[in-house]
Amino acid sequence: MNLSFDVEKIRQDFPILSKKINNKPLIYFDNAATSQTPICVIDCIKDYYEKYNSNIHRGVHSLSDEATSAYEDARNKVKDHFNIKYSEEVIFTSGTTHSINIVSNGFSKILTKNDEIIVSGLEHHSNIVPWQMMIKSSGAKLKVIPLMENGELDMDEFANILSHKTKIVFLNHVSNALGLINPIEKIINMSHEKGAYVLIDGAQSAAHFKIDLQKLNVDFFTASAHKLCGPTGVGFLYGKKELLHRMEPLMGGGEMISDVTFSKTTYADLPHKFEAGTPNISGVIAFGRALDYLNGIGLEKIENYENDLLDYANSKLKQIEGLKIYGESKNKTSVISFNIEGIHSYDIGALLDKFGIAVRTGQHCAQPIMDHFGVDGTVRASFSFINTFQEIDDLFEALKKVKSMLS
Amino acid sequence: MTIENAQKDIIDNFLFFDDWTQKYEYIIELSKDLEFMSENLKSEDNLIKGCQSKVWLHAEMVNGKINFLADSEAIITKGIISILLNVFNNRKPQEILDSDMGFIEKIGLKEHLSPNRANGLSSMYKQIKFYALAFSKS
Repeated sequence: MNLSFDVEKIRQDFPILSKKINNKPLIYFDNAATSQTPICVIDCIKDYYEKYNSNIHRGVHSLSDEATSAYEDARNKVKDHFNIKYSEEVIFTSGTTHSINIVSNGFSKILTKNDEIIVSGLEHHSNIVPWQMMIKSSGAKLKVIPLMENGELDMDEFANILSHKTKIVFLNHVSNALGLINPIEKIINMSHEKGAYVLIDGAQSAAHFKIDLQKLNVDFFTASAHKLCGPTGVGFLYGKKELLHRMEPLMGGGEMISDVTFSKTTYADLPHKFEAGTPNISGVIAFGRALDYLNGIGLEKIENYENDLLDYANSKLKQIEGLKIYGESKNKTSVISFNIEGIHSYDIGALLDKFGIAVRTGQHCAQPIMDHFGVDGTVRASFSFINTFQEIDDLFEALKKVKSMLS
Repeated sequence: MTIENAQKDIIDNFLFFDDWTQKYEYIIELSKDLEFMSENLKSEDNLIKGCQSKVWLHAEMVNGKINFLADSEAIITKGIISILLNVFNNRKPQEILDSDMGFIEKIGLKEHLSPNRANGLSSMYKQIKFYALAFSKS
C-alpha cells in the first residue's frame, strides 16, 4: 500500500467532495466519465473572466495580448506534458469526439474505395460512428480487431487483417467500458511497417499515467480536459505536422483562414487551420492549469496509488458472491466493470446512489463490448487518486446491502 | 376510484416510510405484483425507447377502458411501473388524458422523472398518454 500518498490533503483541493448525496458524503466512483475539478482550476476560470476576458489572436489591446499569451501558454503546457515536438501540432478542440471527427473528416478526402481502415472491438461509439460516416463517403472498408475471451484485443487477428491496403488504424489507449490498456506500442509499430497511420484515443489513459507521444511515434492522439481535472468542452488533437498539413479542416470560419475572397479562401497555418471560430479560451487556459496540478502531484505517484486502489477493490468485490468482473487483466487502469448474478445493473446503480455512491451503469457507449460479453450492460466503478480505501469498503458494504435488497 | 384517489392512496402508503430503504423495499415488493406479460408481447414494437433497462408496454381497449400490460428487466423500474399501472390501468382514455404525474414527486421519486435516469418513467408515462390519445380517437 502506498503510504507516501497524502490523499486526505489532496481531497481538500476538491470542493465537490464536501457535498452530501441523500444525506451521505459523496463517494465519487464515476471518474472515467468525468474527473472532478480542483479549486485551482475553478479559480483559474474565474480569474480569466474577472481579470483578462478577451478574444485572442486578433486584438491589439493589452487584454487581448494577455488572453492570447495565456492561451498559447496552455498549448505549450500540453506540448510539454505529452512530449510533443512542435506546439503547432497541438490543436485545441471541444474534446475527444471533436478531435476524432477532424481526423476522420480529413481522411475521408484522402481515402479511396480500395483502402481499408481498422478499428478495435473495444471502442467507444465516438470512435466508431465518425468512421462509419467516413467510409460511406470514401467507400473504404472497415475492419475490426476482435476481442479475446477476457476482452483483450486479439493481436494475432490484428496481424491477419493488417495489410498494405490499411491506411489508418484507430483505437482507444484504454477501453472506457473495461479499463483495459491496449498494447498500442505494438499496434503502432506493426501498422507503420505496413504504411498505415494510427490514431490513439487517449480519453481514458491520459489521466492515469504519463504519455510520451514522440516516443510512441503515434500519428494522431487525442484526449479531453474534463477527464484530466480540467473543464468540460475542451480537449486537444495531436497530429504529426505533415499529416495535419495534408488534411482539410473540418470547420470553416474565422481564425482558420489566412486570406478570403468570394472565390477562394487560403487556410491559416497550423494550428489555427483547425481552430475555426472563437475557442473555449478560459477552458483551454484552465486545461493548462489542470495539467500543472496533476504534474504537481506527479502522474507516477497517481498511477501507483490508483493501482493500489484497484487491487484493493478487486480483492474486496470478489468476496461478494455472484459478482462477475468483466475485462480482468494485469494491464488495466483503475476501473471495475461488473454485474451481480440475477440483478440488473440499473437496479444496482440506482440503489448505490441512495448510499451516496456514484457509479455508471449501462452500456458505457460501447455496445459491441457488451455484445461480446453477452450482457445488456454493467456497473462501472472507476477510481481515481481522489478516492480512498475507506470509500471502497463503503462500496463493498453498500453492495452487500443492495444485493440482499434485490435478491 | 378515480385516478386522483388512486394517486392519493399511493401517497398515503408512502407516508409510512421513514427512510429510503423502506421505500425501495416497498417498490421492490410492488414489482412482484405486476401482471404477467407473455414473451410474445415483449416485442420490438412494445419496447419503450430511451430506457437503460428494457421496458415493454402493451395496451388494448376492453369495454371502453385501456388495459395495460408492462414489464422491465430491472426490478426498481418494474416496481415503478407497477405504481403507474395501479393508477392508470383500466381507465377511460379521457381520464388518463386529464391526469398528471404530480404524485410521483409527492412520494419522493422525482429523481426517476429526470431525463438523465433513462429509466423510462417519463417515456412510459408519455407512452401511456399516447395510447390514451390514440384510443380516444378510435
